[in-house]
Amino acid sequence: MQCDQSPDSQPDQPAAAGPPDGSESRGVSRRSFIKTMGVSAAAGAVETALVTSAAEASAMQRRDDVETLGPQAVALTLSINGTPHRVSVEPLTPLVEVLRWNLGMTGTKTACGRGACGACTVHLDGQPIASCMTPVIDAVGCEISTIEGLGNGDQLDPLQVAFIKHDAMQCGFCTPGLIMSSKALLADTGKPNMETIRKALCGNLCRCGTYPNVFNAVLEASGQPVPNDLNTDNGKRGG
Amino acid sequence: MRVCMPTTLSDACSMLADAGTAGRVMAGGTDLLVDWPQRAHEHDDTIWIDLSRVTPLRRITCADHVLRLGALTTYWDVVQSEQAAEAFPLLKQAARVVGSLQIQTRGTWAGNIMNGSPAADGVLALMAYDTTIELRSTAGVRRVSLDTFYTGYRSTVARADEILESIVLRRHRYRIQYFEKIGTRQAQAITKVGLALTQDSADHSWRVVMNSMAPTVTRCPALEGVLSAQQPMAGPDAWLPIIDADVSPIDDLRSTSRYRRVVAARLLHSALADRCDWIGQ
Ligand SMILES: Cc1cc2nc3c(=O)[nH]c(=O)nc-3n(C[C@H](O)[C@H](O)[C@H](O)COP(=O)(O)OP(=O)(O)OC[C@H]3O[C@@H](n4cnc5c(N)ncnc54)[C@H](O)[C@@H]3O)c2cc1C
Ligand code: FES
Ligand code: FES
Repeated sequence: MQCDQSPDSQPDQPAAAGPPDGSESRGVSRRSFIKTMGVSAAAGAVETALVTSAAEASAMQRRDDVETLGPQAVALTLSINGTPHRVSVEPLTPLVEVLRWNLGMTGTKTACGRGACGACTVHLDGQPIASCMTPVIDAVGCEISTIEGLGNGDQLDPLQVAFIKHDAMQCGFCTPGLIMSSKALLADTGKPNMETIRKALCGNLCRCGTYPNVFNAVLEASGQPVPNDLNTDNGKRGG
Repeated sequence: MRVCMPTTLSDACSMLADAGTAGRVMAGGTDLLVDWPQRAHEHDDTIWIDLSRVTPLRRITCADHVLRLGALTTYWDVVQSEQAAEAFPLLKQAARVVGSLQIQTRGTWAGNIMNGSPAADGVLALMAYDTTIELRSTAGVRRVSLDTFYTGYRSTVARADEILESIVLRRHRYRIQYFEKIGTRQAQAITKVGLALTQDSADHSWRVVMNSMAPTVTRCPALEGVLSAQQPMAGPDAWLPIIDADVSPIDDLRSTSRYRRVVAARLLHSALADRCDWIGQ
């Protein structure tokens, strides 16, 4: 087996650590942030020196500074589309609820509320997630990207332009989620083929059945020719 | 309800021990937080130990024929790890059929094991390999073979004060590696019938694993015996009595016992007829 240590597959950064300024408001104390960094740096040692005996284990000291939150709401700072937002919420509140109810960012939709439809897709550190299944506390210290962060003022994102051009929506309820999943795909894979597009969007359900147009929009936004183009075939379309 | 955010595993273990019966470990939350917050009131007394800041647990290491997945390793982490995918290809295959990408980026292999669902797809692939899990508590670490981890429907040998720290796969050379999940759709479907198998190319031993066919994900000793004995199989139906010796699928809202048995038999036959000349077409 060709197998080396593979720190490259896992970034050495803490997944959910506080800001470098260590502000208490994010629910991560300066102390726990520094501790997280320390642990991360020593992680290699942790892996090889597994504690196996009870005696060794009991030598591990209980620390008193572990953060315990709730049951009441806690003040947190979320970094959304590059801007810090302060909220006061219960720590396990689904991220989508905080976005919509506390912050009024209603571009992200909620439909099934159980991870099954993709309407609530946002990015956490660039990866698409179901924000209805993600407790807000796990998003602290991560960069959250939502549909509101796309484009620049009146300037739409190329994906949004392509969705309009290809008529890739009817009621539009699934659209923000589909665009966020497509965005993550294009950040990863410059020119995805149809198979890759379909796989990347498999978690986004569209009840109106706009899939063919959505796939075409993603092809267009990635600068590829669009076969079987139903909607931009000017003049040939009935109705 | 309280939520603890430890940053080291030893803190997590002591907090879980202190919490007693109120303690619950949380990783990606994709099993725990279904229908949240409507179900939150059921957890007024729960003390959640959220592992997400115990960052060393989110590691894949690979050395000396051993792949070690830290407890926070997600399905997507494995898809993206070339070494993991190359050494244990069934892991990547399983990862890509769990839920959807949005679940693959949050759901963990450890959560899949500890949740104990008979339909767990991650467990299906892991059990087709030589997999051990390391359970840590304030009393130390113990290693348990995944083969003997489940004792019944959603019950395991793990104690309430134990945290799964790592999943350890030992690599053998394989002649055959196979994984198939049958669900209603290609994505976002809970398995109706799942089959994974491997044959070791050194000692020719088999691992045959099924999910959604019994109260737990399970190895199938009768099938493994028939394969080791190189018993000819006239056609898909010939597998049925042996399947029945190993598993007892039920009728439920997703499928029927009959469908599950028949499909399992066809999967076995189509997977193996081409690869094993003694089986016959
Ligand atoms: C829409 C949707 C689709 C899904 N599709 C599939 C699918 O196709 N196939 C499939 O197998 N599953 C599926 N699941 C289930 C789930 O995503 C997986 O089981 C996942 O691996 C759970 O991991 P998690 O980290 O989210 O676990 P969590 O929800 O955080 O925890 C699950 C259980 O494990 C315990 N636990 C977690 N980590 C540890 C640890 N380190 N030590 C001790 N206990 C621990 C928790 O206490 C809990 O009991 C789906 C879920 C959703 C919401
Ligand atoms: S609302 Fe989150 S996946 Fe459906
Ligand atoms: S456009 Fe209506 S659900 Fe997709």
